[in-house]
Amino acid sequence: MYQINGYFEASTIKEAIDYLVGNENSQVIAGGTDVLIKTRERKSGYTDKDLVGIMRIPVLKGINLDDDGNILIGSTTTFTEVEEDEIIQRNIPSLAAACGSVGGPQIRNIGTIGGNVANGATSADSASTLFAMDAVICLEGPEGKREIPIKEFYLGPGKVAMNKGELMTHIKILKENFMCFKGHYIKFSQRKAMDIATLGCSIMVKTTGNKIDELKIAYGVAGPTPIRATEAEAIAKGMEITTENLDLIGEKCLENASARDSWRASKAFRQQLIRELPKRAIKIALGGGE
Amino acid sequence: MLKTINCTINGKVMELQVDVRESLLDMLRNRLHLTGTKQGCGVGECGACAVLIDGQTLDSCIYLAVWADGKDVVTIEGLTGTDGSLSDLQQNFVDKGAIQCGFCTPGFVVSATALLDKKPNPTKAEIRRGLSGNLCRCTGYTKILDAVEATAEQRRNK
Repeated sequence: MYQINGYFEASTIKEAIDYLVGNENSQVIAGGTDVLIKTRERKSGYTDKDLVGIMRIPVLKGINLDDDGNILIGSTTTFTEVEEDEIIQRNIPSLAAACGSVGGPQIRNIGTIGGNVANGATSADSASTLFAMDAVICLEGPEGKREIPIKEFYLGPGKVAMNKGELMTHIKILKENFMCFKGHYIKFSQRKAMDIATLGCSIMVKTTGNKIDELKIAYGVAGPTPIRATEAEAIAKGMEITTENLDLIGEKCLENASARDSWRASKAFRQQLIRELPKRAIKIALGGGE
Repeated sequence: MLKTINCTINGKVMELQVDVRESLLDMLRNRLHLTGTKQGCGVGECGACAVLIDGQTLDSCIYLAVWADGKDVVTIEGLTGTDGSLSDLQQNFVDKGAIQCGFCTPGFVVSATALLDKKPNPTKAEIRRGLSGNLCRCTGYTKILDAVEATAEQRRNK
C-alpha cells in the first residue's frame, strides 16, 4: 500500500486545475515513475497526498505540428511515444534518442516527457535536448494560459516555475529552432539502461560547408539545473570545423558549467566529459561518426 | 478509499473494488491471488512485477490499481494456455535453461512477449534493449537471450 490520502482522476484540464486549486494537499501524478517512488520512499512532501491523475486528459497526449510548423508535445506523452513518433523522428531525432535512453522499456512505456521536465532534475534525459532547442513550456492554471522559456522554467534542483494550481499542458518547439539543424544527444552513464546520466550533452548545429553557422550546446548534470554553454556557442559562430576549433569549443564549455562531485563521478571527470562530449556529438551529428 | 474499476484480466472481464492506495501488483497478488507476478524492488527497477497492459510491458509495483480501469491486463498466468500448457516462449525458457531461481522469470517472459509482439524479428541488440528493464540476480542473462532468440526463429520457420 502506498501512503496516499486520496486519488482523483481528472478527465479535463479544468477538472484538474479546479481540484488543485481547491485542495491544498493535492499533488499531480502522471506516469508515476517519479511520484510513486518518492511516496514509496516516504520522502517528505510526497506522503499522505491527494493525488490528481492527469493521464486520462486526452488533450495532454500526443505530438502535433501547429499551423506555423512548430512542434507541440503533450505533457503526458510517454517516452516511448516520443521516441517512436514520426514527427519527432523526422525533425528532431536527438529528442527521440534522448527519450529512448531513459530507464528501461517499462519506465519508457509510462513515464512522461512532461514529468521529466516538471520534476526539475538536472539529469532528466529529455531536458538537455529541450534546452538546446529553446523549448517553451506551456502552462495552464486558474489565471489562464502562459508560456515560459525552458531556461526560465528551471529555478534550481527540483524547483520549477510552476505556481500552485498550474498544470504543464505542452512543450512547444519553435520551427526555427529545429529546422535546418542537425542534432545529437549523448548520455554518458555507467550502464546502458536503467541508469541516471553521469553527464548528458545535447547539441544542435547548423553548418554551411565546413563552417558553423549556429551551434547550441546543452548539458544535464553540469550544474544544478540543465544549462546552455552560451560562451562556447558565441565563439563557435562562423568557425571552421577543425580538430583545434572543436577543442577550443569544448574548453569554452567549462565557463558555463559548475560540475559537482558525487558518488557517480568526480568533478574532474565530469569536467573532462563537459569538454569531450560536445566534440563527439558535433561529429556524430554531422555524420562523422565516432 | 475504495473505488470500483472495470478491467479485463487474463481475458476475463472483471468488476473490482480496489483501494486507491493499492498498486496493481498488490491487487493481482492479494485480491486475485495471481501470485505468478513477483514483487522484487518495489520501485520499478527490477521488472519482476512486469505485466502487459494494453500490450505494453509495465511494472505493476509502480502502477496504481485504479489505473487499470478500462485496461486489458495480462499476467504471466494469462500467457499460459487454459490447459496449463506453456507458451512457446515459456517452453524455450525451460529448454534453454533460462531459469535458475525463477524469481525474475515471470517478468522476463512478460517483457519478452511484448518485445516479440512488437518486433517479431529482433536483432540481438534489440532483445537486450527490450529486456533491459528486467534484472536477473542469478545473472543468467545469456540463456534468457537465447530463449528469446530461439522463439523468434521458431516462429519464423512456422
